[in-house]
Amino acid sequence: MTPLADDVAAYLKRRARWSPLEIAFWIFAFATIWLFPGKYLIMKDTAILALFALSLDLILGYAGILSLGQAAFFGIAGYFSGLIAKYGIINEPVIALILGGLVAAALGFVTSFLVLRGSDLTRLMVTLGVSLMLGEVANRYSDITGGADGLQGVTVAPIFGLFRFDLYGHNGYVYCLIVLFVCFVIARRIVYSPFGLSLRAVKGNSLRAAAIGIPVKWRLVAMYTISAGFAGIAGALLTQTTAFCSLDVFSLDRSADLLLVLIIGGTGYLYGGLIGAVIYRFLQDWISTLTPQYWQFWIGLVLVVIVLVGRDRIGAANEAVRNTISRLWMWLMPRAAALRGAAPDGT
Amino acid sequence: MRGSGALARLFRGRGNGGASARGNMLTILFDGIAYGMLLFVLACGLSVTLGLMNFINLAHGAFAMAGGYCTVIVVNRLGVPFALGLPIAFLVTAIIGGLFERTLYVHVYAKPHLDQVLFTIGLVFMSVAATDYVMGSSQQFVQIPEALQGQFNVFGIGMGKYRLLIIAVCGLLTIALQLMLTKTRFGSRLRAAVDDQRVARGLGINVGAVFAVTFAFGSGLAGLGGALGAEILGLDPTFPLKYMIYFLIVVTVGGTSSITGPFLASILLGIGDVAGKYYVPKLGAFVIYAIMIAVLLWRPQGLFARSTAR
Repeated sequence: MTPLADDVAAYLKRRARWSPLEIAFWIFAFATIWLFPGKYLIMKDTAILALFALSLDLILGYAGILSLGQAAFFGIAGYFSGLIAKYGIINEPVIALILGGLVAAALGFVTSFLVLRGSDLTRLMVTLGVSLMLGEVANRYSDITGGADGLQGVTVAPIFGLFRFDLYGHNGYVYCLIVLFVCFVIARRIVYSPFGLSLRAVKGNSLRAAAIGIPVKWRLVAMYTISAGFAGIAGALLTQTTAFCSLDVFSLDRSADLLLVLIIGGTGYLYGGLIGAVIYRFLQDWISTLTPQYWQFWIGLVLVVIVLVGRDRIGAANEAVRNTISRLWMWLMPRAAALRGAAPDGT
Repeated sequence: MRGSGALARLFRGRGNGGASARGNMLTILFDGIAYGMLLFVLACGLSVTLGLMNFINLAHGAFAMAGGYCTVIVVNRLGVPFALGLPIAFLVTAIIGGLFERTLYVHVYAKPHLDQVLFTIGLVFMSVAATDYVMGSSQQFVQIPEALQGQFNVFGIGMGKYRLLIIAVCGLLTIALQLMLTKTRFGSRLRAAVDDQRVARGLGINVGAVFAVTFAFGSGLAGLGGALGAEILGLDPTFPLKYMIYFLIVVTVGGTSSITGPFLASILLGIGDVAGKYYVPKLGAFVIYAIMIAVLLWRPQGLFARSTAR
């Protein structure tokens, strides 16, 4: 290899290294299993929402495609996994989950060609239109999907034949968390790869990206497909852990809420969806205990305020906090090592 | 959900006994035109604001709902005649729209589309919950005068009197709008601003003021449409969410460069929706969404858009 290629490779490796903050985040995430044993159901919902938001971040934060139709993928995989479990075609949840993701990814691949045309508004309409159309289809074939009553009678087999979905949601939560982590690692690998870098270039300026030889269209198609797959896994998880699937998986509210989740957490650094999901759930839980019927008003207010204050300003504050913490960590680490008597490695 | 309430109301009290298939079809056509004209009045303000400022306003339906509720309050509770209730709905909504434009929307024009979508969806959520809080979640009915109820029967075609009124009012409005846009000074300023904002500014046109007036006027029209349409579309707090997609279809399919585009798109949508729900009721709005996607694939800038370099 030439020295330049070496340099680039080394740089990319350094960028992709797991920071201590990230490791702490995941240790805490898994510690919640033992820390909050009474909160499994809400934490499980949060984990699913986080995965769903992660999928939106992949196309919005990394490819710059504004979508209001992510619910289409969520819903189709939800129904798919519910149906194959109900009719006993595939009982193993993990395989069903992967298949659900693949089905959603296939839909994503097909619809990506529709989405890549036109302006933001056209994209918005097409993505929204696709999910509403699927909702109508699910409503039409109510003998299969259960229509407005939802898909009932889904029985999900134990995971690997060992871990049953218990009433308290313990196994369900652990399952969701592990799936979330695995998906996150895959997503992280994707965005830090040269492929992910090229997407950043496309998002920055697609004309220039094309000029340096990046196949813009195919990169976007690929990312859209991947993102649809993740959204599908989230949808399948919801069906499997609740043993139920209803028409509202396709609703506009779901996609709009998702956008809010991602905006709260910030786009384009992968953790936005996860942090946003946690904040959103707490916010929703808190507000809906205050005003059970009118919580939507406050959610709307949050959106309006976020935009008026400016997302970039919130993002900057967020980044400043993260930088401070990691600098603090860098400052602490060598000292801690010195205290233990080991020589600090100086990095 | 999904406008099925609207469907039931659309065909309420319509006995098809004895009507020939052709008469039936013409009745559907008639209803579709009434529905489409209503949609046009509801959505034309949106098309102008989108064309003028490239601003995606998902909260347009909230203004229509405001107009509807305003009529309910004024006509049902205060006993004002229906004919007077409509202009009041227009004025009140126009004032609300103008206030919102000056205080909130101004700050969002320059922001990216994502921000605009978030902001206006937030407004929709707030309006839905606030209306629910103030007026309750049940469906509201405007008391329309006796004289407007019932239907004429012309050559076997049932024509509801109220729908005839809608067609008359909306038709007149459309002509007035077209004249205003093509014959008046304000109209030419507006067209100049839509065509090229920078050059229009350079010629000394106060684009901000033009936009504020247009926004208020468009909101007022939406309010008027909401007031007229409460009977046909149904009026409850989820109105802005339920019909948002319809307004957007009108705008995206019709294009934003003229008002004839959205007008034709509304009529098509109205007829298509009524016919679709009548002939294939189980598919619901599927037909409409499919047509919309097909049109947008074929012509991303809209069916009737001029091919500009914008």
